[in-house]
Amino acid sequence: MKSARMTPFRQALGAIVLKDLRTELRTMRSLPAMVLFAVTTFVIFRFGLDRTALSGSLASGVIWTTLLFAAVLGINRIFLPEREEGGFDAFRLAPVDRPVLFVAKAAVLFLYLVVLEVVVVPVFAVFFLQEWSGLVPLVVILLATNLGFAALGTLISSMAVNSRARDLLVPLLLLPLVVPLMIAATGATSHLLDAGGPSYDKFGTWLLVLGLYDGIFCLVGYAVFEFLLED
Amino acid sequence: MSQSENAIRLRDLGRDYGERPALDGVGLELPAGSSLAVLGPNGSGKSTLLRVLASLLRPSRGEVSVLGCSLPREAWKLRGQIGYLGHEPLLYEDLTGRENLEFQARLYGLPAAEARQRIESDLELLGMGRRADYRVSDYSAGMKQRIAICRAVLHRPALLLLDEPDSNLDPEGREAARALIGRPDELRWESEADRPVTRVAVSHDPEKARAEADQVLELTIGGAPVARRAVA
Ligand SMILES: Nc1ncnc2c1ncn2[C@@H]1O[C@H](COP(=O)(O)OP(=O)(O)OP(=O)(O)O)[C@@H](O)[C@H]1O
Ligand SMILES: [Mg+2]
Repeated sequence: MKSARMTPFRQALGAIVLKDLRTELRTMRSLPAMVLFAVTTFVIFRFGLDRTALSGSLASGVIWTTLLFAAVLGINRIFLPEREEGGFDAFRLAPVDRPVLFVAKAAVLFLYLVVLEVVVVPVFAVFFLQEWSGLVPLVVILLATNLGFAALGTLISSMAVNSRARDLLVPLLLLPLVVPLMIAATGATSHLLDAGGPSYDKFGTWLLVLGLYDGIFCLVGYAVFEFLLED
Repeated sequence: MSQSENAIRLRDLGRDYGERPALDGVGLELPAGSSLAVLGPNGSGKSTLLRVLASLLRPSRGEVSVLGCSLPREAWKLRGQIGYLGHEPLLYEDLTGRENLEFQARLYGLPAAEARQRIESDLELLGMGRRADYRVSDYSAGMKQRIAICRAVLHRPALLLLDEPDSNLDPEGREAARALIGRPDELRWESEADRPVTRVAVSHDPEKARAEADQVLELTIGGAPVARRAVA
């Protein structure tokens, strides 16, 4: 018996990513909330810390905690339409390899994070930074951390989405696992945002840690996703 | 494919939810190209049976062979060959009817030109041509069902699994739907694999089901299911 031909990976991936982006553009369900959350948090830090200028590890801590919690908002929702509107069933019936869905959702999450950062990192700089030259190398750290967020977030979200306690489960599972990523990201960032201009002390080491973390969770997600979709 | 002229073969199939059996001791042999009606009261396991056949649920015990694939082991081979229409329409609410079908076509790797043509003609058949550009969230229940029917057969599957396909359809819609999900000899399309189309439909109308189907499977709650040939 001949088995059905499978849809090429790239085609299926493109279909899902475009579907999700089109839906987001139309409904604006995730991104505006993420941006608004981040900007509001900066405002609160500004008044809470009563400081108009931050640098070094304090600046790094403020930006990364804010980005992390803004990311959780997006992670919470990423599989919602698949669950509530039957996308999981439709997907399981389709001639598509399961990991395609993982890669597609991680790609969408990655894009959301990039858009979030394009908007809110300049806001952060205006609010708190006197020395802007560290922002250029920061882009590398942002992208590497986004990849880790996207891979881990997609994995956690797919596990939590079938539970009624989803909103609780995502942060509960995500936050402990994301600690190493946060340590590396803040470690790399703090010297970039030093008051006297960026210094690259341990930059390479932290970047390597980020890369390792990204690699591990991309592989784990890719490998276990197959089993997460079973009944 | 000598023996597997049977599109479906079940032996002593059972499925539990937790401890409770929803389906037990189901046996069946359904030749390719024929049609089966599944009858039974609410909660007798009709939807469960269909989901097992679609490989969306794992059987708890027994032997299941669908289109020559033994489940759950070879479930992956079935992907793309089943036209499943469940209680839920499996449509994205924020996309239009047409966009949902286009998404489905891409997911199934259909050639773009052919997909477009198919989508338009299927929509036309079900009278949804002009209403295909509303968002699904703005559809009535029957309109959703019509798009869901288009979705279920867009890839021209060899096996139709239909869970109360008439639900929410008006008489005219039910009549129109025959061209896409009716008896195998009524269908206005052929399966991609050039195989005869086999049809399994859950129904709550015993008279009509018996008249239409080659075989009838009656599920009961807590008793052994009864399989028999329909009297033509
Ligand atoms: N997800 C589930 N979890 C637990 N039990 C379930 C689940 N789905 C169905 N059941 C149980 O399995 C049995 C069969 O359900 P099923 O949905 O297959 O019935 P049905 O014949 O399709 O009914 P209906 O005519 O109402 O659609 C029922 O007793 C039901 O309580
Ligand atoms: Mg049912």
